[in-house]
Amino acid sequence: MMGELGKINFATVWLSGCSGCHMSFLDQDEQILDLAQKIQLVYSPLMDAKIFPENVDVTVVEGAIGNEEQLNLIKKIRKHTKILIAIGDCAVTGNMVTLRNALDDGAGAILKRAYIETATKNPQIPNDVPKLLERARPLNEVIKVDYFIPGCPPSAHLIKYVLTEIISGRTPNMEGKAKYG
Amino acid sequence: MSVSSVVKIKIDGVEVTAYEGDTILSAAKRASIYIPTLCYLDGLSSYGGCRLCIVEVKGSPKLFPSCTTPVSNGMEIITNSERLRKFRKLTLGLILSEKPHICSICVANGHCELQDLAKEFGVDHLRVEREWTAHKIDLTHDFLVIDHNRCILCARCIRACDEIEGVHVLDMKMRGKDSQVIVDMDEDWASSRSCTSCRKCARVCPVGAIYVRDKPFSEIKDKEMAKFILSRRGL
Repeated sequence: MMGELGKINFATVWLSGCSGCHMSFLDQDEQILDLAQKIQLVYSPLMDAKIFPENVDVTVVEGAIGNEEQLNLIKKIRKHTKILIAIGDCAVTGNMVTLRNALDDGAGAILKRAYIETATKNPQIPNDVPKLLERARPLNEVIKVDYFIPGCPPSAHLIKYVLTEIISGRTPNMEGKAKYG
Repeated sequence: MSVSSVVKIKIDGVEVTAYEGDTILSAAKRASIYIPTLCYLDGLSSYGGCRLCIVEVKGSPKLFPSCTTPVSNGMEIITNSERLRKFRKLTLGLILSEKPHICSICVANGHCELQDLAKEFGVDHLRVEREWTAHKIDLTHDFLVIDHNRCILCARCIRACDEIEGVHVLDMKMRGKDSQVIVDMDEDWASSRSCTSCRKCARVCPVGAIYVRDKPFSEIKDKEMAKFILSRRGL
């Protein structure tokens, strides 16, 4: 799996999450330079790319699937990615994004709460943004996920360990390392 | 301990002396051999509910819960194998799927025995779809809270309430996935006249299901409490 200049094509994606996992990814500090030697970043909220490219070797996905746009995007990502890694509790289990799943008409209930009940001016539910799914979903309920890095957020150390193992073609051993929350 | 006959067993290839009346777990504990447990707590009766402490016994294809299986002479026990790790991991995954456990917003985050075990066995995702049904949170008591969304039905609270405090306020209703811990005859906690508000249920809860409001979780928990009280009674 080699892309430009002998580097692997690497993408990061931000779905329904708080971006904390991306922060933790960046928190590798100077060690991220080792990673940078081996990867070519092709799509990420950290750069300006509008369309998810084809032939991506490794994609790291943060966040649960919460709306229709994300549902379509994740299917496209799966199609164009060799190895897909779910990073953080939202992507792995749904985390607090899925709190609405326990409510009747969860999507409707939270929209009403956020845009009508607590609005001080001009209360209205926006209709020019992607429609919320009735239930938020962790990634592996919708697509096949190859590796999981739980944590809220996962530590920079754990992210580095898993990425290094995968890029080197090894399978990371999560026993004693991966902690929810 | 009263005089009882000695039983010779082997745990993980090591000869261990046990006594008649020992369970596999108590014999292993005395020999400092680690077996993972969740519903078991020193000082409380064995419940055999969580299936984390399963072990292999030579000569049988079945797996045995070590907290309820008595030892017998010549028994050869394996506490850690690929097969056991697989089943323990599967069991933890099923426990985590049964309720909407969300560690990041739980009072027990960082002090949770279920969370620790999931880490130990590398339960890095859930293989079955989660059960999203919302369960009741009883906030009626002055300071004790029971959040059924986090309850794993280990019955530690029920046993502590009955065996240690001796009031048996808590019990279990229904069966299977509909099981739920109840206060008295399934009433609000505030209306219970038999509850002594001793907090032992919160102290033994392995997860964040029963806790004391406005108290740091690390202060509420006390895994040695039941053992201590029983030793003071000379039991």
